[in-house]
Amino acid sequence: MADEPKEPQPPEVPTGEKPASKPSPVSTPAAKPADPGAPAAPAKPAAPPAPPKPPVVLQTPLNNEMVARYRAKFGAAIVDAIEDRKQAILVVESGRLAEIALYTRDEEKFEMLSDLTAVDWPKREKRFDVVLNLYSFARNERLRIKVQAVEGEEAPTVVGVWVAANWMEREVFDMFGIIFSGHPDLKRILLPDEWQGYPLRKDYDILQQDTAWVRENLGIESGQ
Amino acid sequence: MLGAEELIINMGPQHPSTHGVLRVKLKLDGERVIGSECVIGYLHRGVEKIAENRTYQQFAPYVDRMDYVAAVSNGLGYCEAIEKLLVVEAPPRARVIRTILTELQRIASHLLWLGTHALDIGALTPLFYCFREREEILKILEKYCGARLTTHAFRIGGLQYEAYDTFEKDVERFCKDFESRIAEYETLLTNNRIWIGRTKGVGILTAEDAIAFGVTGPVLRASGVKWDIRKAMPYAAYDQYKFEIPVGTTGDTYDRYLVRMEEMRQSRLICLQAIENIPPGPIMAKVGKVLKPPPGEVYHAIEAPKGELGYYVISDGTVQPYRVRIRPPSFINLQAFDRMVRGHLVADVVAIIGTIDIVLGEVDR
Repeated sequence: MADEPKEPQPPEVPTGEKPASKPSPVSTPAAKPADPGAPAAPAKPAAPPAPPKPPVVLQTPLNNEMVARYRAKFGAAIVDAIEDRKQAILVVESGRLAEIALYTRDEEKFEMLSDLTAVDWPKREKRFDVVLNLYSFARNERLRIKVQAVEGEEAPTVVGVWVAANWMEREVFDMFGIIFSGHPDLKRILLPDEWQGYPLRKDYDILQQDTAWVRENLGIESGQ
Repeated sequence: MLGAEELIINMGPQHPSTHGVLRVKLKLDGERVIGSECVIGYLHRGVEKIAENRTYQQFAPYVDRMDYVAAVSNGLGYCEAIEKLLVVEAPPRARVIRTILTELQRIASHLLWLGTHALDIGALTPLFYCFREREEILKILEKYCGARLTTHAFRIGGLQYEAYDTFEKDVERFCKDFESRIAEYETLLTNNRIWIGRTKGVGILTAEDAIAFGVTGPVLRASGVKWDIRKAMPYAAYDQYKFEIPVGTTGDTYDRYLVRMEEMRQSRLICLQAIENIPPGPIMAKVGKVLKPPPGEVYHAIEAPKGELGYYVISDGTVQPYRVRIRPPSFINLQAFDRMVRGHLVADVVAIIGTIDIVLGEVDR
């Protein structure tokens, strides 16, 4: 009963088979004191029905015609194709992003770049994901394309394909320090031009700031 | 002799018609704009960083502070994104009430736009009329959740508050009155020679340009693209109601004005249909007190008053989001400003800033 405030939990995904092992420690101490004889027997079969939590599979490999077309055209450059919560995701090789982007816009008809952003995974060898969220008016579908980027190396720009990427890539540069090769005007957009550091990196603490800049420009010790 | 060289002037960040702290560097040839650069970031608060350091529920009130004139819409997008991440759905009753409040908020947001946009161009009267009606909507919001602007009206999984006793009546009364009110605004502006002179042919954005720039919302529709997420990928309870998507033809400031006026009428119709039949039942889905969405990611977008408001959320299975990216409509629509303003006079710059309908809290986040 004293089982933390997690009553009607949403379907949990097997993060390490923990949900399956959890019910058993609860049921064994309950079975031991209440062991007058017969009732113990029905109690035990009650334990196995507990784990019929079928592992909810949210991520599945994506194998539709579109992916087949991509694979046929770009081969190994399509690193992975998955579906997460029914949303299509393509992981592609960063070196060939320019061609893939052009093909995606013109042949697959994803005319609009809804969003371009990045995610920092500091423990990974290729630290960043650059994520493009695309929309197709013709098909009324969304597609997410991801490329991995290495810290200190340049990632290819897609401004030539979708003009909208201009400010979005500037924001990614501003927040993550990812340099987009071929971008027409890569400079900070939200933070001051002279700011040091990239706030949305995971190793940038929430209280961290460019103290020298704050002192010099605002005349105060801390903006916190 | 006067030189004929280019002149660069600064507009803002402290300027009454930039609708906040927007600074525009204008490159002028005489009185004609030949180039522009937006300088933004004055309101940057690091909302996405804050999200990574809060739990899912703790972050919900922060999203109200982005587009602070349409806080309800921000909240709807966020709550639905997290619900998708959790793989739960809000109950039907909650979805209908959410739809009503969000549509009221859309009217309020458009009213604020209309009042200030007309004011920028020199028509003072609409401002007072618009604020009069907007006040009625804010009163409904206040009665519902206690707050007028930064409402935090919705919760992940549904609603915290049941609709108050006279909710349907209040909404109905507002909608009944509102029809004649829109007609009033139109008598002031739609056939007004000065209004037409200041808006027709100003800031034209073609459909191709609009799509290339990722422009969404009324600005995109005024350019002739019939696309509204409420129809294309319905969320909340929009699939149950009949409404039209108004579109423009030329993509100028006047078309954008007409599109938003018609959108207010359509929002009114949605509200009237929705209060007819609010289904009974629970208002909250079964979600735990501690939210730990299964690992994975989701992109969820809604049609906010200003355009596509998207949330891209990544969960690593803990109580805090690993990453929350907010795709703000204002930020991306503002990018097309340079295209729209070139070749126009300095006086038109004000009209064009007003017609994009930006809120700097959302541009800078």
